[in-house]
Amino acid sequence: MTQLALVIDLNVCVGCHACVTSCKEWNTSGSAGPMGDQNPYGADPTGTFFNRVQTFEVGEFPNTETVHFPKSCLHCEEPPCVPVCPTGASYKRKEDGIVLVDYDKCIGCKYCSWACPYGARELDEQQKVMKKCTLCVDRIYDMTMAPEDRKPSCVKACPTSARLFGDVHDPESAVSVAIRESGGYALMPEWGTHPANHYLPRRKTRIKIHEDELERADNPLKVDRQLPKPGMAEPTLDDVTTW
Amino acid sequence: MHPAFSVIFLTTLIGAAQGLFLALFTAQSYAAFKLLPQPDAHAFYGQGSLLALVLAALGLGASFFHLGHPERAWRAASQWRTSWLSREVIVLPAFMGLVFLYGLAHWLEWHPVLTTLPGGLPVDPTAILGVAGTVLAFALFVCTAMIYACLKFLAEWHSPLTVANYILLGGASGFTLAAAFATQTAPELVGFLAGWAAIITAVGFVSRCASLYRNCRLKPKSTLRTAIGVKHPKIVQKTQGFMGGSFNTREFFHGKSVALLRSIKWFFLLAAFLLPLALLVIGMQGGAAVLAMAFLIQYLGLLAERWFFFAQANHPQNLYYQSIA
Repeated sequence: MTQLALVIDLNVCVGCHACVTSCKEWNTSGSAGPMGDQNPYGADPTGTFFNRVQTFEVGEFPNTETVHFPKSCLHCEEPPCVPVCPTGASYKRKEDGIVLVDYDKCIGCKYCSWACPYGARELDEQQKVMKKCTLCVDRIYDMTMAPEDRKPSCVKACPTSARLFGDVHDPESAVSVAIRESGGYALMPEWGTHPANHYLPRRKTRIKIHEDELERADNPLKVDRQLPKPGMAEPTLDDVTTW
Repeated sequence: MHPAFSVIFLTTLIGAAQGLFLALFTAQSYAAFKLLPQPDAHAFYGQGSLLALVLAALGLGASFFHLGHPERAWRAASQWRTSWLSREVIVLPAFMGLVFLYGLAHWLEWHPVLTTLPGGLPVDPTAILGVAGTVLAFALFVCTAMIYACLKFLAEWHSPLTVANYILLGGASGFTLAAAFATQTAPELVGFLAGWAAIITAVGFVSRCASLYRNCRLKPKSTLRTAIGVKHPKIVQKTQGFMGGSFNTREFFHGKSVALLRSIKWFFLLAAFLLPLALLVIGMQGGAAVLAMAFLIQYLGLLAERWFFFAQANHPQNLYYQSIA
């Protein structure tokens, strides 16, 4: 079975919010209706978003790290929001595992949002229905688009390629390889929701430089030990001969 | 959680309606076994059912204010296989229908003997409707409570005590109302009903205190570490991704001070349990004004109790919304 999902690499996310704005732009222009904003230019603006980027500081000064954390619906394999829906408006697609809301059936009772531990669902104050990330379901299957464009809007927008998209049930897919080989993890595993979206942890990139990489072991000026050992700052034979 | 007044009125009003119906049928059952004098069926059971029906209808009406699309509410009956909310949507009108038929049968004094029990006790339609209504009243309590109790990550609600409290607090307010109502229609039953109201109120007090005791000792299962998957003891949120509010900051935070929360807790412990208990004991001899006062105070107390019930629940999504900038 296919389970489409995002893999978000926290090691490369720079917190630029490009995924947030491109998500809003794509999804507010779709046939499902706008993502309403209230008081957008006022003192206290608010509105519906499918995707947010939050920032956390880990550690204590001076040993701190800033973690930018994009958060959207995780398309859980055991979505707790689906069985509680009284109307059947919330559902998980069998064919690709995307969790969707049928805006024409939703009565806006907000019960599903209570049942989501991640706060991934938001009630649209304009349309009065529950909304959430659709994994750009109106994009990824659009055959009029070039194949490389058939990806969620946030993935296309990310300037650092922090967002990967694919089938996490296919062991050979790029997302599965990333989860397997780069320590991909799920959020709040304690609730048994089995989120399909995964996150890749922060990784320290360290280079180990060995002594003989700094000093040429095969420097002919010292190989036969006939000449006094040149200092570290002295030129090597390569620099002094003209051949 | 942010307490919604539509849901507070829904749960308290239908709770009182269910309790009142249970009180009516308890009295009828005792009277059938000749343990109580037979009251005026027309006035006590007929008008009492009408009162229960009005309360349930008011509660049902209040629930519509909770919906974004009330005109689609009929769809909510479809997912009864998985959703307790859907089950409540089915059981509530079914219960109201049975209360209506029960009240109608008493109002028309329709008592043909359908069968007799082994002891020679006659069974009439009101007895059968009453048993069915009792089953539905309990089913409705369970449905309403399970809407909250089934959400496992809302630890304050995820407990059998939630179901016990909905049954006991709804029952207490219904029996108190029945006692106050009986002063007008069946004075010979006032002592019996007020006595049961006092007992249920006392048991409800114990059960609610047990859940308060449990809730203040809960240790949240989710932390910022599991929420963002970074294993470090010190994580501080710097931004939540926006400067204004969002659905997440409005729906899941009550926005009131700890001091207010604490005073509401003491208010409801007093108004929903201790004061009505005292008034019920005083009014057992038949004081109409005292019993009416007992019900009004208890209902106000239960409104506060329900407000506190919602406000106290701490949703794990709040971990993601701790700091604006």
